[in-house]
Amino acid sequence: MASVEYVGARRTALWTPGRLRIAGAVALLALWEAAGLSGLFFRDLLPSTWRILQAMGDLLTSREFYTHVGVTVAEILIAFAIGTVLGTAAGLILGISRRTGDIFEPFIHYLAPTPKIVFLPILLVLFGVGMGSKIALGAISSFFPMALNIAAGVRQVSPVLLRVGRTFSLSRWQTIRMIYLPALVPPIASGLRIGLGVSIVGCLLSEYKLARAGLGFLAGQYGDQFAIAHMLAVLIFIFVLAVLGNAVIERLVRLPGPDTRRAK
Amino acid sequence: MASVAASGRPLLPPLVTRLLVIAAGVALWEGAARLGWINAFTAPAPSAIWSGFGKILSEGVLGYSMVVTFVTAFGAAACGSVVGIAIGYFLHIWKPAGAAYTAWVAAAASAPLVLLYPLFLVIIGRNMWTTLVMGAIGCIPPIALKTKEGLDGVRPVLLNVGRAFNLTSKQQFWMIMFPAALPSIFTGIRIGLLFAILNVIGIEFLISVGGLGQLIATLGDRFDYPQMYAGIFFVILVSVAFFWIIERLEQWLLSST
Repeated sequence: MASVEYVGARRTALWTPGRLRIAGAVALLALWEAAGLSGLFFRDLLPSTWRILQAMGDLLTSREFYTHVGVTVAEILIAFAIGTVLGTAAGLILGISRRTGDIFEPFIHYLAPTPKIVFLPILLVLFGVGMGSKIALGAISSFFPMALNIAAGVRQVSPVLLRVGRTFSLSRWQTIRMIYLPALVPPIASGLRIGLGVSIVGCLLSEYKLARAGLGFLAGQYGDQFAIAHMLAVLIFIFVLAVLGNAVIERLVRLPGPDTRRAK
Repeated sequence: MASVAASGRPLLPPLVTRLLVIAAGVALWEGAARLGWINAFTAPAPSAIWSGFGKILSEGVLGYSMVVTFVTAFGAAACGSVVGIAIGYFLHIWKPAGAAYTAWVAAAASAPLVLLYPLFLVIIGRNMWTTLVMGAIGCIPPIALKTKEGLDGVRPVLLNVGRAFNLTSKQQFWMIMFPAALPSIFTGIRIGLLFAILNVIGIEFLISVGGLGQLIATLGDRFDYPQMYAGIFFVILVSVAFFWIIERLEQWLLSST
């Protein structure tokens, strides 16, 4: 029995999460390399990791690449800002006024999961093939999670806090600034995280479809030229950008403002 | 909103007010298009969109496109469910793997996986399989996470009852663990199905292959704006109806388990 327990303990110690993660990463890379060398796919369809790294080096040393990065980052940031501001305002209105919420929230609730990309033809007609249509799609995408999260968060604000506010004769704006907003940090954080993700997807998908610049346009162009290593390098860069964006949001929403402390 | 009685209670129920708001919006749009306040070519009047809807309906393309989209999305969700439930079960049953890889699956669930479509486009080609694979990939992570969550959350007392009855591990799984985890697994499948629909319509639109997404892209390319708007509104209506049905179905299932 003792020896069985000993073997069990050794087996547990052998497969620690850290080692398993390294093993998983190595296995994925090995699988990729093996698939590329297997001859099952067209030549150059699955380039080696070394070639992808070389392509990444080419991109990072090219000035043109940074123009595309600049266009995409600008589109995402502007779209995210517009969607966040409008979504926050709509969420506050829907959450604070129960009647307005009863009437209009179902529209937002049921429109939120619709595929926003189908609006792109209308946005192309309205804003053209430049940055405008991409910003509009990104903004529409990030509006919904923000509005829904804020509206749900407002309804969960403790009535005690609101009564305290009324006792101090706070104006509506002061109530929003000093009670609602500090109490809304978790739903705002959640809305920002989802909003950034969907606005990245919105901007990049519309760049894939029709654009003159941007990372989505660049990835599509490399795909058309069958420069797969370069296309994959762009896709990896896009994912790194998304992860970095999420990390920044994560860090921002963890910073407590003075009003948060006061409300608590 | 304006329809509020002196007592503070609304005169009209919210549903009626909602319908009135939609009717007012449509009337305003129609009036603006007819009076030339907005460009009726790029933003056609609702009456023109309605006749465009009649045209695509009579040509039979709308029904066919909807069937193609839904078959692809349900096929993708079925494939994604099988793989997702298997991954979730694996992460639950082998604890070190659960500790190591759950964060990876969670990262994949929030990652913009749909942006990988050019890779699958060059590997699989410009056909329906790309759409199906992209739909399936989108729904695997949430289903895997919810399956693991459901299995992890099975109450120990239920497992002890199974042991007291000397159930085999297979019986323990099918008679106790799976039914107990079913509500969570169904929530995962609901989220996965929504992701599958979003990805399928999005990829159809981008690569112009398949159902409703392709229909909108084609009508847009032909500058047939009344029909294009009709197609877009139809996709929105279908998505809303689908979401509503899935939500009700989930509520019904959760209340019956």
